[in-house]
Amino acid sequence: MNIELSRRAFLQTAGAGLAGTTLGALGFGDIEAAHAAAIRSFKLANTTETRNTCPYCSVACGVILYSKGDLRKGEQAEITHIEGDTDHPTNRGTLCPKGSALLGFVKAPTRLQQPMIRKPGADKFEPTTWEDALDRIARLMKDDRDQNFVATNNDGVTVNRWITTGFLAASATTNETAFETYKVVRSTGMLVFDNQARV
Amino acid sequence: MTNSWTDIRNTDLVVIMGGNAAEAHPCGFKWVTEAKANRGAKLIVVDPRFTRSASVSDLYAPIRQGTDIAFLLGLINYCIENDKVQWEYVKAFTNAGYVVKEGFTYQDGLFSGYDEAKRDYDKSSWDYEIGDDGFAVVDDTLANPRCVWNLLKNHVAVYTPEMVERICGTPKDTFLKVAEMVAECSSPTKAMTSMYALGWTQHSKGSQNIRAMAMLQLILGNIGIRGGGMNALRGHSNIQGLTDVGLMSNLLPGYLTLPNEKEPDLTAYMSTRGFKPLRPNQMSYWQNYRKFFVSFQKAMYGSAATPENDFAYDYLPKLDVPGYDVLRAFEMMHQGKMNLYLCQGFNPLQSFPNKQKITASLSKLKLLVVMDPLATETARFWENHGAHNDVDPSAIQTEVIELPSTCFAEDDGSLTNSGRWLQWHWAGGTPPGEAKRDTWIMAQIHLRLKELYRKEGGAFPDPIVNLHWPYADPGDPMAEEIAQEINGRALATVTDTTDPTKVLAEAGKLLPGFAALRDDGSTSCGCWIYSGCFNEKGNNMARRDTDDPDETGAYLKWAFSWPANRRILYNRASADLNGKAWDPDRKVIEWDGAKWSGYDVPDIAPTAKPGEVGPFIMNPEGVSRLFTRGMMRDGPFPAHYEPFESPIVNPVAPNVRGNPAARVFEGDFKQFAEAASAEFPYAATSYRLTEHFHFWTKHVIVNAVMQPEFFVEISEQLAAEKGIARGGWVRVWSKRGSVTAKAVVTKRIKPLTCDGKTVHIVGIPLHWGFTGAAKKGFGPNMLTPYVGDANIETPEYKAFLVNIEPVSGPVA
Repeated sequence: MNIELSRRAFLQTAGAGLAGTTLGALGFGDIEAAHAAAIRSFKLANTTETRNTCPYCSVACGVILYSKGDLRKGEQAEITHIEGDTDHPTNRGTLCPKGSALLGFVKAPTRLQQPMIRKPGADKFEPTTWEDALDRIARLMKDDRDQNFVATNNDGVTVNRWITTGFLAASATTNETAFETYKVVRSTGMLVFDNQARV
Repeated sequence: MTNSWTDIRNTDLVVIMGGNAAEAHPCGFKWVTEAKANRGAKLIVVDPRFTRSASVSDLYAPIRQGTDIAFLLGLINYCIENDKVQWEYVKAFTNAGYVVKEGFTYQDGLFSGYDEAKRDYDKSSWDYEIGDDGFAVVDDTLANPRCVWNLLKNHVAVYTPEMVERICGTPKDTFLKVAEMVAECSSPTKAMTSMYALGWTQHSKGSQNIRAMAMLQLILGNIGIRGGGMNALRGHSNIQGLTDVGLMSNLLPGYLTLPNEKEPDLTAYMSTRGFKPLRPNQMSYWQNYRKFFVSFQKAMYGSAATPENDFAYDYLPKLDVPGYDVLRAFEMMHQGKMNLYLCQGFNPLQSFPNKQKITASLSKLKLLVVMDPLATETARFWENHGAHNDVDPSAIQTEVIELPSTCFAEDDGSLTNSGRWLQWHWAGGTPPGEAKRDTWIMAQIHLRLKELYRKEGGAFPDPIVNLHWPYADPGDPMAEEIAQEINGRALATVTDTTDPTKVLAEAGKLLPGFAALRDDGSTSCGCWIYSGCFNEKGNNMARRDTDDPDETGAYLKWAFSWPANRRILYNRASADLNGKAWDPDRKVIEWDGAKWSGYDVPDIAPTAKPGEVGPFIMNPEGVSRLFTRGMMRDGPFPAHYEPFESPIVNPVAPNVRGNPAARVFEGDFKQFAEAASAEFPYAATSYRLTEHFHFWTKHVIVNAVMQPEFFVEISEQLAAEKGIARGGWVRVWSKRGSVTAKAVVTKRIKPLTCDGKTVHIVGIPLHWGFTGAAKKGFGPNMLTPYVGDANIETPEYKAFLVNIEPVSGPVA
């Protein structure tokens, strides 16, 4: 956190102090104020910095997200720039051609915006609401589970498994998402459960 | 990785084989550059293509894809023949002297106990002689002809440099240069590191590829030391974590395993998981299994898990097959035996082999749910995109729900990198539109299911309604809350087992680490190997202190490394039998007469005497295994098997097709080209490019501009033979499908001579599809075979057969 503050302080000083140095020394005192007002301050000086890691490969390079607005103050925050974290021991600020373009991933035109549903036989998606989508998923899961749950096998051994529904977990979600997903999925008795590590 | 990215700086020799770190892991590869620049380390690259890793190597050796085991066993054979063995290490720290039972054999490509009809082995002969004292019989002199070392020596003898050339197509001279450089690392003061990735896993014998190199590393004494190790470069940012947390069909978190139906109760389950030491004084750390298991059940089911109900053992589903891996799942779907499928941040239509089969399978579902930040092909498998997705939507009756989720920049939590570092990250931006965190989505599904079961009853509601759900806002669990649950908590006060006056954790407090876990229900812990990640000292995954005494690359105060913040696994093996570092310049930990200490967290009990307790504490032997007993499905030693689709017949076992223990579904076998097929004469392989990450970055305009278009890569010789122009259009087809692409004609790929025959290689990168900013394109999975590794079912994406011809122009 100290490092973060000093970086910000440095950037702010660098932005605001620019006019006061060379121009002042050359004796253009009168126009200094007007000139300073005309200079746009360094863009990153007014952003919130957040530590993160690259979501692509497993090197997990440190990155810094720069955003307009601060989530921690309850504000809307728009990420405007992403760069390598120079303090990170693995990547020491560098990023590869993929990591360098991370902002384009966050802001990809094909980021999903709202829940959608495609009805059987339809040739397009239609918007739906979170409530309807989640209710529908839970309903179909329960119906399928109630119909196909195997409580005991042919030998009478309790097996409590459900194999007509499956879940495929991701490769870039957090460990916390992973554990919660594990709880939710396994508690239903699902066995068809894998993640991208399989492939 | 046994070691870490930053540890690569300590190496003397890097072998990149089965991977391409310079392109797929560029910022990690920087540590190879550091080692080369600062230590004079050398880099060897073994690959079918002259990759960017190869372009900065000291020695490049071409190899035919799918023949790595022949190459690696050739290296082992060379080391044995030329006495390039770290003998002290091998004798003390491996099972070289363990005597194997009478009855174990290997002949004509098959180990003893093979059942052709089942494509499986009876593994009972793959084991040690057990003495009257209950321990494994060991011959420290290595004189016994049935000891592991002598069996290994015989097993690898066939892999001479000439045989390596015949199978792999690697010129004998080049192979021998590799062997000389590798063999030098048998010196206790030289370290070699193995950096591998999907180029080794994506084969029908992927697990054995890795074992072969691990065995070589043990023979050279390179496991547990700085600059050494077996370093798996995982493909995605949290593949390591998702696996650690056990999101696999047959796993529980922390590499515990789900029960099968032959284990009706906890006693039966534990009876095969006792891990009784096979030698005197050994730690055999898995003896604590029950503590990990019971604590996990407490994390899952809280007060519903009691000693009386075997800690809710019945709540766990019991397996009837080894696992419902993705290949089995889509086979079941294909047979109409599955109804619902949920995908969380995963794009199986593009990622899985034999796309036609995947489309047909998804078309038989009642409901497909896709949660993703991006518009994936999978969610649109029913949409017609001309040749790139040639389907009739009206004929597909699957309902599809697509849910927008957040990306890395919009949520908090930890990811586990290849080096086992759990690093915390924070959200910096507001999610777009109505996108939600996965933790919210999963909670909402669970709460709805629970409510339905409460209201309506139904099939065995107990595990759902009793799932421990301790979050402040049940509908929106916070990452910190879940991280604490993973770390574990004392449910009653936990005291030291040897000194009951010493309190390890007060009731209700977070556990300091997994040593505090108990099997009586007094502790809960979601994933034992992660315990210590978020304890009463705080969120250790968020630590950012870059202190690194003597610049060993350990960074003990940066983030948290599992297990127990250890940076180099098996680091006890960095010291000799007396506990002194093999190489004083490469010290990790040492024995000071009373305890172990040094630059890393010791991977052994701190007071375990060096002469008594072996360094491989997870193994009941206390040593590492050159012979794996019955733990691998396809043999206790690796053996060369051709890919299921191979340009030549297996020279060492002509009657064996593919890996004899790999599972193949009936319909898929019919879709394999025969060995040395005239119809499909070319050996194809798939790979990534520097500019793209999987199917994600084609959505990113910058990356789509850098690599806009699907292509295939062929040699100048093949282009000349087939009349293919540079940049001209070609059709490439396998027995399963066909693609059209522009041809990149390159010197990077050269024909090889294998078993007297010219083998041309066709390279097929994987990054395109029909959504995103890049041009629509096909991928290798239109062509790849539907068969997995014998042990873990990772599909054989890296080696298959195709044909190729020039065509007049684009199709769509």
